[in-house]
Amino acid sequence: MEVSLVDMKPGQTGIVKKIQGGFNLNQKLNQLGLREGKQIKKISSVFNRGPVTISVDNYQVAIGYGKAVRIMVEVEELA
Amino acid sequence: MRKIVLAGNPNVGKSVVFSQLTGSKVMISNYAGTTVEFTKGSLTTENESFEVLDAPGTYSLEPTSKVEEVASTLVDRADIVINIVDATNLERNLFLTTELLEREVPLIVALNMIDEAGHKGVKIDIEKLEELLGVPVIPTVAVSGEGLKELVNSLPRAINRKKASLNTSDRWAFIGDLVGKVQAVVHRHHSWLETLQDASLRPATGLPLAAVVLFLAFQLVIGLGEFLHEFMEDYVFEGFYETLILYLSEALGGRGFLHDILIGQLVDGAVDFEESLGVLTTGVFVELGVVLPFLAVFYMVLGFLEDSGYLPRLAVMVDRSMHRLGLHGYSIIPMVLGFGCNVPAALAARNLESRRERFIACTLMSVAIPCMAQLALIVGLVGRHGLDYLAVVFASLFFIWVVLGLIIDRVMPGYTPSMVIEIPPYRIPSFKAQVKKLGMRIRGFLVHATPYILGGILVVNILYTLGIIHFLGVLFAPAVQGLLGLPGDAVSTLLIGFLRKDVAVAMMIPLGLTARQLVIGAVVLAAYFPCAATFTVLVKELGVVDMAKSAVIMVVTAFSAGFILNLLLDTVIPAAYLAVGLVVLSLILPMVLGSTSDRRELSDLDETA
Repeated sequence: MEVSLVDMKPGQTGIVKKIQGGFNLNQKLNQLGLREGKQIKKISSVFNRGPVTISVDNYQVAIGYGKAVRIMVEVEELA
Repeated sequence: MRKIVLAGNPNVGKSVVFSQLTGSKVMISNYAGTTVEFTKGSLTTENESFEVLDAPGTYSLEPTSKVEEVASTLVDRADIVINIVDATNLERNLFLTTELLEREVPLIVALNMIDEAGHKGVKIDIEKLEELLGVPVIPTVAVSGEGLKELVNSLPRAINRKKASLNTSDRWAFIGDLVGKVQAVVHRHHSWLETLQDASLRPATGLPLAAVVLFLAFQLVIGLGEFLHEFMEDYVFEGFYETLILYLSEALGGRGFLHDILIGQLVDGAVDFEESLGVLTTGVFVELGVVLPFLAVFYMVLGFLEDSGYLPRLAVMVDRSMHRLGLHGYSIIPMVLGFGCNVPAALAARNLESRRERFIACTLMSVAIPCMAQLALIVGLVGRHGLDYLAVVFASLFFIWVVLGLIIDRVMPGYTPSMVIEIPPYRIPSFKAQVKKLGMRIRGFLVHATPYILGGILVVNILYTLGIIHFLGVLFAPAVQGLLGLPGDAVSTLLIGFLRKDVAVAMMIPLGLTARQLVIGAVVLAAYFPCAATFTVLVKELGVVDMAKSAVIMVVTAFSAGFILNLLLDTVIPAAYLAVGLVVLSLILPMVLGSTSDRRELSDLDETA
């Protein structure tokens, strides 16, 4: 199931499928090591269009709502 | 002298390595963006002396912000680059490393925080990594100094590989392959710090935590600050120092020009540290007896918040609210720093990506965030008339901060993009590092503030003696009296406020103002214009044109706020009700009005996607 970071539930893991943003967004996320094919885990999101926090490898990144909706993730079903 | 540049991702410990190598004192914190400008130091080995440059952190040599540009330029000017790599995040850090390998500069890698990597179950085959990168790799633990000797000894081995340039996806493929060969990760359980880490990011636990942290910080600064202030006043100033001053007064003959300037007016043969207005009496008292106690406690609390790694989490919690003011969460960091001193706060605003954001952040910060020096005097002066009056000052500034943000966000074209920030792990601050940092900040205050505070008092004295203040008082009386309800002589405080805000607030004491006048004076003084030191930095950061716009906003805001307070406070609404009302309005208005920035960002991304 492919959803945006915003629609993932805290605790779920998934693979980044698509970053639907302009060049700048892609470049910025890419430099942070967040790119298509990367496995991520959602930690939290703040209600009412707040930022989403995810963990990638050993670090955590907070992404504002406007950008988080653009990041599509294939959620891994829990076994 | 050959130049060594320290380059690396944000928050990997470049400044720690720098301070260990050079012995220089630099600000070190646990969040991305502490260093916004490069710092110079020197390192002497057996054979050679080097100039060492500590660059701000960057994820890539293709910069996305003003701060990252600095790093990229510095690398071009380096004779040797030491690339500091965070061993706990090898993959992401190697992006910059591979970019550096393509530059024409000898490179050496310091694999820092190797101890933390071990704790996190990350094992790195260092020999293999060295072989695959083709440059020396030295494991280090910069905070304890481990491996730094080896790093220095290996400097001659730094080598330029000048690899062929890769595009981004090939680069990641190369890194992925490399990391697979050198790194093994063992899964292990969450430590209690990591559990707390996640809890402070979830709104259900994070928001109450943020409230508790801010409340405790506020209580500690006010409570402990007040305690230290009273201690200084009772035991140091009124005990020991007063005797000293009275001797000096006698030696000067008890009167005369020099006496007036140094000691000021004695009240019934005794020194009144608040009202004597001498350089050595009121001047020294304001600096050491009032400001220093509060400032020291504030910096103690700030140091803990910075080094623990809490600030970026606070940024996540407030992001939603800040968006409505045209900012995003990370701008809470300049705001928090601003309570200490507006100067470092204006510098920290550089970490914000867009010019729009920097303008809004700097303007709101300098209008509505009084520095601790000013706050200490406001608390002391207004607090005497009751907490309700003090609350009106805080509530008014908060209201100004919110309303001004809402207005600028609407009027200014463009939008503030959502944030993308790295959240550092929690670390338990080391006592030694905390003491060192507090010492640096206090020394900084004493060195930078002393000339302004003592100079300010000196200028006041001269202006009084020459009758200039009285002249200006009469000249501006209609405006100051009519608009703000203050006596004409209050113009002197506004004049001195250009120099130094704490001295300006102190100058309201001899004017014998009523509680409501003090509140108006304090709010206007806080908002109307930055002090000289802040102004200089703001001009540099914003440019002359934006600073001029910002200044107009400041002056208009301050006098409108003063005028409204003059109309309402005590005459129509009692202080306590007004304070509560302003806070409630500040919380409701943004919710009702929503955010222009958000809408603009979403529609803009739709177009580019």
